[in-house]
Amino acid sequence: MDELLRDFLTETNESIDVVDVELVRFEHDPNNAKILDNIFRLVHTIKGTCGFLGLPRLEALTHAAEALMGNFRDGAPVTSEAVTLILTTIDRIKMLLDRLERNQSEEAGDDQDLIVQLGRMAAGAGVAKSAEPTAAARVARVTASPPPSNQVSLEELERAFQAAPGPEAAPAPAAAAPTPPAPAGEGTDAEAAGRDGERAGEKIASKSIRVHVDTLEHLMTMVSELVLTRNQLLEIVRRHEDSEFKGPLQRLSNVTAELQEGVMKTRMQPIGNAWQKLPRIVRDLSTELGKAIELEMHGAETELDRQVLEFIRDPLTHMVRNSADHGLEMPAARRAAGKPEKGTIRLSARHEGGHIVIEIADDGGGLNTERIKSAAIARNLATAAQIAKMSEVQIQRFIFSPGFSTAQTVTSVSGRGVGLDVVRANIDEIGGLIDVKSVAGRGTTFSIKIPLTLAIVSALIVEAAGDRFAIPQLAVVELVRVRSGSEHRIERIKDAAVLRLRNKLLPLVHLKALLKIDGDADCRAEDGFIVVMQVGSQMFGIVVDAVFHTEEIVVKPMSSKLRHIPLFAGNTILGDGSVIMIIEPNGIARSIGNVAVERDAAAAEHEAGRQYDDSGIESMLVFRAGSPQPRAVLLSLVTRLEEIDVGKIETANGRALVQYRGQLMPLIPVNDDVRIKNAGKQPLLVFSDEGRSMALVVDEIVDIVEQRLDIELVSQQLGVLGSAQIRGQATEVIDVGYYLPLAFDDWQVWRERRVAAARHRVLLVDDSQFFRNMLVPLLGAAGFSVTSAASADEALAILREGMRVDVVITDIEMPGMDGFELASAVRRDPRTASLPIIGLSSLVSASAVERGRQVGLHDYVAKFDRQGLIAALKEQTADMSRAA
Amino acid sequence: MIETMTEYVTATVGGQLFGLPIARVQDVFVLDRLTRVPLAAPEIAGVLNLRGRIVTAIDMRRRLGLAPGAVGKRMAIGIEFKGESYGLLIDAIGEVLNLSSGGREGNPVNLEPRLARVSAGVHRLEDRLLVVLDVDRVLDVGGALAEAA
Repeated sequence: MDELLRDFLTETNESIDVVDVELVRFEHDPNNAKILDNIFRLVHTIKGTCGFLGLPRLEALTHAAEALMGNFRDGAPVTSEAVTLILTTIDRIKMLLDRLERNQSEEAGDDQDLIVQLGRMAAGAGVAKSAEPTAAARVARVTASPPPSNQVSLEELERAFQAAPGPEAAPAPAAAAPTPPAPAGEGTDAEAAGRDGERAGEKIASKSIRVHVDTLEHLMTMVSELVLTRNQLLEIVRRHEDSEFKGPLQRLSNVTAELQEGVMKTRMQPIGNAWQKLPRIVRDLSTELGKAIELEMHGAETELDRQVLEFIRDPLTHMVRNSADHGLEMPAARRAAGKPEKGTIRLSARHEGGHIVIEIADDGGGLNTERIKSAAIARNLATAAQIAKMSEVQIQRFIFSPGFSTAQTVTSVSGRGVGLDVVRANIDEIGGLIDVKSVAGRGTTFSIKIPLTLAIVSALIVEAAGDRFAIPQLAVVELVRVRSGSEHRIERIKDAAVLRLRNKLLPLVHLKALLKIDGDADCRAEDGFIVVMQVGSQMFGIVVDAVFHTEEIVVKPMSSKLRHIPLFAGNTILGDGSVIMIIEPNGIARSIGNVAVERDAAAAEHEAGRQYDDSGIESMLVFRAGSPQPRAVLLSLVTRLEEIDVGKIETANGRALVQYRGQLMPLIPVNDDVRIKNAGKQPLLVFSDEGRSMALVVDEIVDIVEQRLDIELVSQQLGVLGSAQIRGQATEVIDVGYYLPLAFDDWQVWRERRVAAARHRVLLVDDSQFFRNMLVPLLGAAGFSVTSAASADEALAILREGMRVDVVITDIEMPGMDGFELASAVRRDPRTASLPIIGLSSLVSASAVERGRQVGLHDYVAKFDRQGLIAALKEQTADMSRAA
Repeated sequence: MIETMTEYVTATVGGQLFGLPIARVQDVFVLDRLTRVPLAAPEIAGVLNLRGRIVTAIDMRRRLGLAPGAVGKRMAIGIEFKGESYGLLIDAIGEVLNLSSGGREGNPVNLEPRLARVSAGVHRLEDRLLVVLDVDRVLDVGGALAEAA
């Protein structure tokens, strides 16, 4: 049923019931102007709404009733006949409403019988009293069987209309040539309606009631308390293994969960409620800006918690205004671009997991990247050099920076300095994410992802320094138990603790150190639990002393005296009745040291479960070798950091080797100035791939630094990728690729040759993370923008999503779908059929090259032939530039 | 002048007798299971659960710049301020005194500055001095922080 009609019915049925009661009161107390005013107002409202909804029959009826009541208000004597007539009219209105509810349209027919009587009574006021007592009595039965209306004369009608001017469309002629509905049929209908109503229970008016928000809030609080009490009971039973309470408590627990869900449901509202005003706003904007704008709304029925709804109402309105003002071009420009003059803003909402995703898309000109660049530089958000290295998406995300506006003119619509930064702040506050996608000439899409509710969250209860804390489960990726000597152990790089987890070094921080509650306690203990957390793109581990269980907690706001502490999101009462603090993952992430901009920059990519390596933030391992000048290597390339006893180092054929994990591992000095120490411990950087390891000999491991890496490729020196500013110091970034062949003869010699290249986008497919990590910065340094995929399936998914890719580089030997099959699949898809593909393999044989040619590989390069790879890339992209 | 009578809940902190207008006092309770809050101002002893409400406990000894009191079951006076619940941790609770407003004097010049800062005047009792606590100023913990900073 039409939403508007439904609301109308609910509201009108309520009003009518009130009028019923009030009229009766009024009859007893005819001098009470207040009651009369109230009735008059209600009837007037109904009349107005009927007119608006196009319900002429109801409108005519209410109009006549209103006219009569107007007379009362003007001082005409109130007779019981008059009141009866009005009550009868109200019964008729109820009947019409009932039909309307069933048929969703107003029933044909007329109510001249009543209108005429109402008119007559209004005209003669008191006359009706003595003249027609029987008429009044007869019409009182009108609902059951309306009296034939053909008794009414035209004169009477005229008189009635003069006294109470009705709507122009009043079906006056119908009175003269009446088509009275058959009373018998009516009765049957009514009965049928009654039965239908009982059977289907579809009477909206009686199915929904209005409840004050406070009542719901109170209910929610009580349920929250109930959840807490339930948790408390569960906690007690947990301590007593064989408790007879177990069964009933389980039931209580289930009922509580259901109740909680039910109450949450009452707080849910369709997002359309936040959109209601938008069509009007867009209409006004359309006039003001001189643009034709169409607003499409999809998924208005998608429900979310009203508290969340309140939070996003203003941001959404703002963004729609923004789209209308900045997004859509002027009609002339649109025509010139070959687009329809009428611009479209598309608003959509959908559920996705425990979140709701809202998109605001326009088919305008897209974001002006150049203008964003200059605005970003003008506001010192980034240097020109940094911007030159950024991807388009990264640059576009500057629009969320505080105070950012590219609007050249301040219009009354937007561009008043309150911009997307405020929108973003609002969305941040409720733990949401906002992102933008823009295609030049095609339009801009903003997407917002927000949680459905804020009231109850699932949290992991942990202990640090004897105190317990709750960590929202949403941010927790996994738990790792660490013990000295076990597979997972805490490694140390100077004072920074790290965890090697699936070939990635994860920065660690002790919760007690973070919260400064360690006192003199030893943070260097090797035993403990690591809560691996992810906030945006930032992954880190929090070391805690113990991990208990997860619990549904009710977030209670912190006292105003504590709200300034950024590491806490709130507090809660646990099952055992004690109060604990809730950790704010964003606060932790920030204190670990990364900025929100960077977090968001990569957030979207991470959601897709993939890593596009253009976020620019890299963890660098800084060390010294041979000279005091710092050197660095990408931390993700390093498998392990070791310090070995010098005594264990052997020499064979003039090369240093060490027994390492059952293998002989070659040791390669970073440069000729590095000497293996004579005594004590020798620090090593171990690199492993596919079971083979080599180690670089360094003098000292200095630190791990996380920062945007801008490598300047000026180095002619072998083994050096280039230099970068790390912590303000010029640092040589070493090229691991150079050292690998030095360790093993079959790792071919890699040499460097770089030519400036246009920033073409390369999709790199390799199942080995090591090679991905090695090639991504390398290709980046050679001027390509790189997206990596760990499998052929992932690569196909990326291509299917429509991401712009200029060249695909794929490893041939991969588990599952191999490079040849990937190439065939890419060729089969008409959209990607002409995409250049370069095969990468350690097996370069004539037959393999031939097979590659058959499946459509444009080139075939040996895996370690970096020079060849870059040359091949240049060739493919050069072809493309010419073609374009 | 008509002298009005005010009832005071009295308590001792570090040997000093304090009084709180009874209208400001919600309840008096024994401190149980206090959760400390890391990174909070030093005066904030922690938070606790008082019948389902989360109460912020303020250590009056620290608030007055005294050495922290003995650990253990301590008494607290519950007050409400701007819709939030607070507990003032004290050494001992005393009797309720009914004092005439005429007996209240301004702060003596020799009153210790720390006391003077939270005092709304004094009453001279037979054997000792009662400092009337200005609850709003006691709870101005943030302000005290600002002073320290």
